Amino acid sequence: MENFDMSLVDWSRAQFALTAMYHWIFVPLTLGLAFIIAIMETIYYKTGNLEWKKITKFWMTLFGINFAIGVATGIILEFEFGTNWSNYSWFVGDIFGAPLAIEGIMAFFMESTFIAVMFFGWNKVSKKFHLISTWLVAVGSNLSALWILVANGWMQNPVGMQFNPDTARNEMLNFWEVLFSPTAVNKFLHTISSAYTLAAIFVIGVSSWYLLKKLNVAFAKKSIVVAAVFGLITSLFTVMTGDNSAREIVRDQPMKFAAMEGLYDGSEGAGLVALGFMSSSSESGNENMKDFNFKIEIPNLLSYMAYMDKNAFVPGVNDIINGYTDNEGEVHPSVNEKIVMGQKAILALKNYKLAQKEEDTELAQSSLAVLNENFKYFGYGYFNDPYDVVPPISITFYSFHIMVGLGMWFLLLFVLALLFVFKETIVNRKWFLRAAIWSIPLAYIASQSGWIVAEMGRQPWVIQDLMPTLRAVSNIDTTSVKITFFLFLIVFTGLLIAEIKIMLKQIKIGPNHGGH
Amino acid sequence: MKPLIILRKIWFFYYEGFVHQKEWSRQVWFIIILKLFIMFFILKFFFFPNFLKSKYSNDKDRGDYVIEQLTNPK
Repeated sequence: MENFDMSLVDWSRAQFALTAMYHWIFVPLTLGLAFIIAIMETIYYKTGNLEWKKITKFWMTLFGINFAIGVATGIILEFEFGTNWSNYSWFVGDIFGAPLAIEGIMAFFMESTFIAVMFFGWNKVSKKFHLISTWLVAVGSNLSALWILVANGWMQNPVGMQFNPDTARNEMLNFWEVLFSPTAVNKFLHTISSAYTLAAIFVIGVSSWYLLKKLNVAFAKKSIVVAAVFGLITSLFTVMTGDNSAREIVRDQPMKFAAMEGLYDGSEGAGLVALGFMSSSSESGNENMKDFNFKIEIPNLLSYMAYMDKNAFVPGVNDIINGYTDNEGEVHPSVNEKIVMGQKAILALKNYKLAQKEEDTELAQSSLAVLNENFKYFGYGYFNDPYDVVPPISITFYSFHIMVGLGMWFLLLFVLALLFVFKETIVNRKWFLRAAIWSIPLAYIASQSGWIVAEMGRQPWVIQDLMPTLRAVSNIDTTSVKITFFLFLIVFTGLLIAEIKIMLKQIKIGPNHGGH
Repeated sequence: MKPLIILRKIWFFYYEGFVHQKEWSRQVWFIIILKLFIMFFILKFFFFPNFLKSKYSNDKDRGDYVIEQLTNPK
């Protein structure tokens, strides 16, 4: 691996991370706000109360601004796949083709048709048709997210496919296995429910600003009630799906799980680190595996979370490196053994292609047999040091704990918001209103942290166990990657500033004079 | 209803929607168009050619290139 141009790999990764993170600033608000608006419009439809129409139209305006600024920012990622990550794109091509094509067609038709009705259709189509359109925008935008997340789920847990050594592509064997893989299902549910939570916090935060300024009080209280009920339900669902994800990760990506918890040596009855700070040094000598300066551990909870058994064995980084036997008695080979199997698979692929060229049927068949036997660990063949397969532990650990900690705060925020609204004391709770406003950036930090856990925690893999990130990059000029990195930084920062400015202006105008 | 009348209604639906837009809506449309121009006519055109398609004319050559990349250290 040392022959790789690390500068090219690092810049390509930085560029992809930058664009994905900026893209994800816009997406969660769209996903969640669409449902909150649909609920508000449903109340208007049911009650005929014009106040609810005004509320719906105001939040629809903010939804429209966010949607418009964010639309097509994801296309940049597809540009990058084709240019910077061509080995990877080729390798996964057939798997990604179907979900992404469905996403493209669905997004185009659902959004272009029903968003137009949402914004242009007031008083032009029936109330019922308008309401249906609003719900279809909410469902459609979330279905678009489904296909992208299914593709991402496949990268974390490649199932339902077979590698074709003639084309060097993975081919889909079972669409339903790809779609309903536990990784994809948990990823989708956890991601969208966290997006709904973010949108609920956004509504509560903006409404709190009105209450702090003593403006549009009735409007703000009504908005808070809808958002807090919605947010409470979705944040509980986020906790539940996160819990399911943890059980799935410990099975399919145990190294990521160990990194999330900073668990170096596994044990039976493992404790969960509720709070911890890592030191700058490492007793083991491995810079990636820093010691804890301080940690508060809840005994047995990690074992329970991972296996629903408080005494179960949870493997740590060193166990995975050295090989271990899991709770079902399955033996997991050491990373060194996997490296040997991966090297056999790579050599077999090379020999297979050579045999084809020389029309040596016997060598082709024997090579194919070796490839199939060892393909499961194909990607390990590119490593020499077993510790190369350990993700960056500090960043994974902190991102995970920031996400979980903030998630707990959001739950409390929703409960308090409801309590204070129903007790009619929310206007006087200035500390709470300020905390609610500050929770808007915190929701974005939690959301981004979730993605950092998912993507940094699975390093060094771009496709789990099959393709390391280092092997996925195209052999292109690093300078062009650097130029486009800064171009994206400028373009996306410009978009974000524009969004914030236009939104703040509409928020200041308020629900009485805005709308569309 | 005749298809032509339906098309006419759809046309006026969009036409009136765009004509009677609020200021924020005009601003975001300007941003959308500018963004799409930058993405497709500058970034895609000058900086993001499809690496394999620009180097090889058929899938077999592309596959062989990727296998070469995967099986030989650089």
